[in-house]
Amino acid sequence: MAEGAPTVVIRGGHVVGPPASRRADVVLEAGRVVAVEADVAVPAGATVLDAGGCLVAPGLVDLHTHLRQPGHEEAETIESGARAAALGGFSAVMAMPNTDPPIDCAADAEEVLTLGRDVACEVLVAGAITLGRRGEELAPMRELAAMGIRLFTDDGAGVQSGAVMRRALEYGRGLGVTLAQHCEDASLAAGGVMHDGEWSSRLGLPGMPAAAEEAMLARDLALVRQTGATMHFLHLSTKGSVALLAAARAEGLAVTAEVTPHHLALLDAAVEGYDPVFRVNPPLRSASDAEALSRALAEGIIDAIATDHAPHPPEAKDLPFDQAPPGMLGLETALGVALGALEGVLSPEEVLARMSFAPGAIARVGPADRPAACAQGGPLVPGAAGHLCVVDPAATWTPDASRSASKSRNSPFTGTTLRGRVRHTLYRGVPVVIDAEAQR
Amino acid sequence: MSTLTPAEDELATPRVGIGPHLLSVADLGAEGIAEVLRVAEAFAEVERRSIPKVPTLRGKVVASLFFEESTRTRLSFETAAKRLSADVLSLAVASSAVQKGESLRDTIETIEAMGIDAVVLRHRSSGAPAQVARWVERAHVINAGDGWHEHPSQALVDCFTVRQVLAEARGAEPASLGVGCFEGLRIVIVGDVRHSRVARSEVLAYGALGAEVVLCGPSSLLPASLEGWPAKVAEDLDDAIAHADVVSLLRLQAERGSGSFVPSLREYTAGWGLTAERVRRLPPHAIVTHPGPMVRGVEIASDVADLPAVVATRQVTNGVAVRMALLFLLLGADSALEGLGGARG
Repeated sequence: MAEGAPTVVIRGGHVVGPPASRRADVVLEAGRVVAVEADVAVPAGATVLDAGGCLVAPGLVDLHTHLRQPGHEEAETIESGARAAALGGFSAVMAMPNTDPPIDCAADAEEVLTLGRDVACEVLVAGAITLGRRGEELAPMRELAAMGIRLFTDDGAGVQSGAVMRRALEYGRGLGVTLAQHCEDASLAAGGVMHDGEWSSRLGLPGMPAAAEEAMLARDLALVRQTGATMHFLHLSTKGSVALLAAARAEGLAVTAEVTPHHLALLDAAVEGYDPVFRVNPPLRSASDAEALSRALAEGIIDAIATDHAPHPPEAKDLPFDQAPPGMLGLETALGVALGALEGVLSPEEVLARMSFAPGAIARVGPADRPAACAQGGPLVPGAAGHLCVVDPAATWTPDASRSASKSRNSPFTGTTLRGRVRHTLYRGVPVVIDAEAQR
Repeated sequence: MSTLTPAEDELATPRVGIGPHLLSVADLGAEGIAEVLRVAEAFAEVERRSIPKVPTLRGKVVASLFFEESTRTRLSFETAAKRLSADVLSLAVASSAVQKGESLRDTIETIEAMGIDAVVLRHRSSGAPAQVARWVERAHVINAGDGWHEHPSQALVDCFTVRQVLAEARGAEPASLGVGCFEGLRIVIVGDVRHSRVARSEVLAYGALGAEVVLCGPSSLLPASLEGWPAKVAEDLDDAIAHADVVSLLRLQAERGSGSFVPSLREYTAGWGLTAERVRRLPPHAIVTHPGPMVRGVEIASDVADLPAVVATRQVTNGVAVRMALLFLLLGADSALEGLGGARG
């Protein structure tokens, strides 16, 4: 791949730090960054990409992507999902293991890795914590870790048994992997289809209380304290979760967390018209929750922004609200939505950092864990991998899911106006998106 | 058919625009509710005739789609449509394509393709009528009860019945009371508010008309939040009913699992059932409404259910006139427009 990579010059942009935020052109050769300097001379035969008015950042890393393959190719494939990711500025996505079959053994992981070898971004794989994601017996984590898998989760559901979770944390600690939890106490959440509160009461929809998330988070924090393991918390959504996490971090526990753009930007009131496009897990919460999440991201209590891109085909979302499956598209709109929701809270550069450096480190694909030449979410310096995105923070655009690269259409942002758009994306030094158009 | 009466003559001039759909009582507001009650009063007069049928909606097709079992609401709507001379298309969900996996959307689109003018929809999912309203092209959608959300026609029947009783007590015509008679009226809604679509619609209706709405039930059966509800909560039923003008009893929906929200039916009845002892605390003028079906011995003692203060049978009788009014107000305007060669957008 690297051999086929062209010489590319990204001109006239503002390269985000670290090491320092500066005006510079970026030259890529053979899949790597070879120069980051102001006003470079364009080598003969080089492809020149205009970055005027743009921020040039490391390719974004999504910690939380449902690619649906194998098993639900009608919703998404690894190829279509990777294309959507590239359009969103991502050069790496973490494929969640709740496929059919779930990724709970080497053969299943191998299939996803193979299918992800030649697509528009890098496909990382998260393994299941338990066999079949049933929450009972541990999946062969050592075997999966040997394949390079560093993140394990039963996402889509939380591991309900505290005893099973404790064993998983103890076992995983010895393997040097991170366990990630979808915090949801099933008995408390049972039957709930939206946030339990003012709007669920008014709309007559069964509510999922904030306590369903917070109870499992509190349990897991106690287990991290007990076992000394490393843990990541997926899509936190409540003010109470932020408080628990802040205390855990102050205590020095080895925990990280993510928040989705939609939990920052949308509220439970959006369910008013009963459009199932707004059904998502965890549910859209109240204004005070969204505010606490933004603040936590600004204060570093929450590390990263992750999409929880969850495609569903139209027939699945054309059902009564309580019968439609939860989940919404996220890859193509994530950056624009996050920039809008965090305006005045975080600068565009800070938002980009929480979508690249931070998730790269959590996924263990950053420069601390990989050679610079193939790291994701590392600083843009000579020798770095050719994974980049060029973002115009001032560009306004209107997402239209019917024109999405995803095979599904369930975006709540169709027809809204977003500010901030990915102009170009490079993966392994190859422009996979030029002027917001996918090249492959 | 009979000749035009003054009541019908009055019908010919709707005063408040309603529609295109009736999904929630909030769609009506106080003015809309007043209009429904006014028109229903005229239809109640029609119903007292020897041939209680008018040609008003002749040629219109009303589809009744009940995806959840119901006896009284379905019969009430279908009777109302027939008395207005509309054709009724009744989908028996149990034996329909729905059982073969057809989606709600396809069912609705198929039925609309047959040229219907209104869909009367009952569905177990809250919000289904709102979704259907987005899918139809020209049919009017009437919510006949959706999940725990709303049951607007029932709340309107209850308002109509309450006004009727007030009028009798004052020796006046109900219509002459307007909706001013609800101002300051104390309505106590008792029981499983959390799972009750009747309660949600009643709170909106009585609240819009200026009544003082009080909710009383086990805390576990009250909604998680009452933010934005025009209602207060009373801790003690005995105190609450001592000052009530109307007690609206809700059914404990044991078949939907509400039983697990209270320790036992015995405990529920002791705390929130209308027992023979408790009913004595009611002011003499107060009435008790119940949307049916009643579970005697649980929310209401059997002897109490047969007292004159309990107006459940009257609610059933009034149901037809009120639903005639709804169908007329939603569909009748089309005829006027068609007569002018216009079309609804």
